[in-house]
Amino acid sequence: MNEARPAGLLIDHVSKDLGGRTIVADMQLEVRPHELTCLLGPSGCGKTTTLRMIGGFLQPDAGQILIDGVDVSRLAPERRPTAMVFQNYALWPHMTVFKNVAFGLKLRKLPKAEIRERVESVLELVGLTHHTHSYPARISGGEQQRVALARALVLEPKVLLLDEPLSNLDAKLRVRVREDIREIQQRIGITTVFVTHDQDEALSISDRIAVMSGGKVEQYADPRTLYREPATHFVASFVGAMNFYRATVHDGSIELEDGTRIPCEGVSRNGDAAFEVGVRPEDVEVTANGDGAEATVLREIPRGHYKELVLSVGGAEARAFVAPELTSSERPRVRFTRAVLYRDGALRRAEQPVAVG
Amino acid sequence: MSAVEHQGVALGELEQAELPVARAIRRRRPSPRRVGLRALGIVLVTALLVFMIGPLVWLMVRAFSGLWQFPDLLPHTWTVQWWRSVFADKNLSHSIKLSFEFAPVVTVVSAVICLPAAYAFARLKFPGRFALLVSLFATNAFPKIGLYVSMAGVFYSLHLMGTFMGVVVVQLIGTIVFMTWIPTAAFSAIPRSLEEAARDVGAGPLRVFFRVTFPLAAPGIFVAMILSFLAAFDEAQGTFLVGIPNYITMPTEMYTLVLNYPEQAAAVFSILLAVPSVVLMSFARKHVMGGKLAEGFQIR
Repeated sequence: MNEARPAGLLIDHVSKDLGGRTIVADMQLEVRPHELTCLLGPSGCGKTTTLRMIGGFLQPDAGQILIDGVDVSRLAPERRPTAMVFQNYALWPHMTVFKNVAFGLKLRKLPKAEIRERVESVLELVGLTHHTHSYPARISGGEQQRVALARALVLEPKVLLLDEPLSNLDAKLRVRVREDIREIQQRIGITTVFVTHDQDEALSISDRIAVMSGGKVEQYADPRTLYREPATHFVASFVGAMNFYRATVHDGSIELEDGTRIPCEGVSRNGDAAFEVGVRPEDVEVTANGDGAEATVLREIPRGHYKELVLSVGGAEARAFVAPELTSSERPRVRFTRAVLYRDGALRRAEQPVAVG
Repeated sequence: MSAVEHQGVALGELEQAELPVARAIRRRRPSPRRVGLRALGIVLVTALLVFMIGPLVWLMVRAFSGLWQFPDLLPHTWTVQWWRSVFADKNLSHSIKLSFEFAPVVTVVSAVICLPAAYAFARLKFPGRFALLVSLFATNAFPKIGLYVSMAGVFYSLHLMGTFMGVVVVQLIGTIVFMTWIPTAAFSAIPRSLEEAARDVGAGPLRVFFRVTFPLAAPGIFVAMILSFLAAFDEAQGTFLVGIPNYITMPTEMYTLVLNYPEQAAAVFSILLAVPSVVLMSFARKHVMGGKLAEGFQIR
């Protein structure tokens, strides 16, 4: 660390073993001030363990966690400038909404009037003033979630931690609450770490996303880069849908193992070795007759504002997102408008050539 | 937990939806079998009531009866003289006082010893945890009197026979299972995240216990204390063996009472002995079973 007291959150070469298994392996992650970072990954990838280490509920076996340049790794949760929103909200059932939110302030021995003022203003922020004196059991799941958020925010922590906060809500509410969370986070500009396994959630609210797998960060990038140029095979298949083909690359086309050639924009010949070629379903162009490879429609799945086609192209399968009004012919033509190339699981070339390491 | 609850709700709705249909069928054709079953049910419930309430009613009548001769269903004259004589009798009133001294002391000592153990059983993983928890039942698995006789040997050498301490220790045995198992269940039912959330907002471990864990486990602890109080209050065999002749509590007094006093005095005494049970149990029902605390446990 050359820079003196870097602001924000820094996870510096942190490792953690639990029950004889390495959950987090030499993790490195930096969250800038006012930034919302999502830890995204399948269950067991170490994202929750990482969050619990930031919150102080677990001690890292190795490495440091720095908040605004101060090492907090050995501090108990009550001494850290972090606040956590738990997956099950963890509201205290024997306290009213007001008391739940006020508890942390009371522990800080603030004057009564100030506590009242701060609790009321944070309840206003999350839109819960009408439930000030309700007990948690009396309010809905979405409202409990907002109480949990208010309880965390009222302490004005330096880092806000959210552990899959939306997983207990139904689908409609989940979308609304995540927008609310993002809106509040941006309004008060709080540095936030958000854990989720839902890529849709991560893509729609994050400044940056750290995709985790097997205790390591596979890629840390903004949502657009993550989607357009997934750094690894894992990220490509975990974030969004992706068709994968084992193929050799020619100028303007790819050649599948059975010899089928599919036109593909933006690729050029690069040796004889085979690549894993990834194509997003929206980059698969289906036309009634064109210069594409011949395909067969196996299935049509209506998706509302678009239609998903499952096609068979030269022994391989291709999924395509097309306009719902497109009437598919029996034997349409398929071409790819964009592809990403992988070798040994790592990104080799996107639309602009990427330096090969 | 919440999934189970949702399922419960769904099932409940299903039953309600089907109910009118079922009712219509029943109304159309009351089968003889159904009538027979219902009659059997009524007979059984009545029999149960007679067996449960009957002796209590008889006890009540007995306690207030004056002259009562054989074929009569009710006493000839009514009186409160037995009550007066029980309270006037020095031995009997002293035993009442003693019982109300021992039971609270035993309950408090039991709580002090068992509640930390219960918390440890619920929250910590240590070797032999399960074996220890089950072994607490051992005190109830064997005939008590055998246990007490062998205890007496130890008590003699420790000079505990006939002492206040000795009686407290012997009564403690019957309370241990209640005081560990019920609070263990109460502590385990509290999601750890509730405690973690309190740590997160700045409370140290002790404060977390007293502001979050204890209040949430309180209903369970309260029930355990009631059951322990009653177990200590009703304990007769061990108290008799260890306590006589210095400490004669109400249940041990019953032994003498049955033999040496008029039946009516024994009836009065039995009723007095039942009073704490009835009062505490109804109190527990009212304040623990329903109420905000029980309700709060729904959120997990």
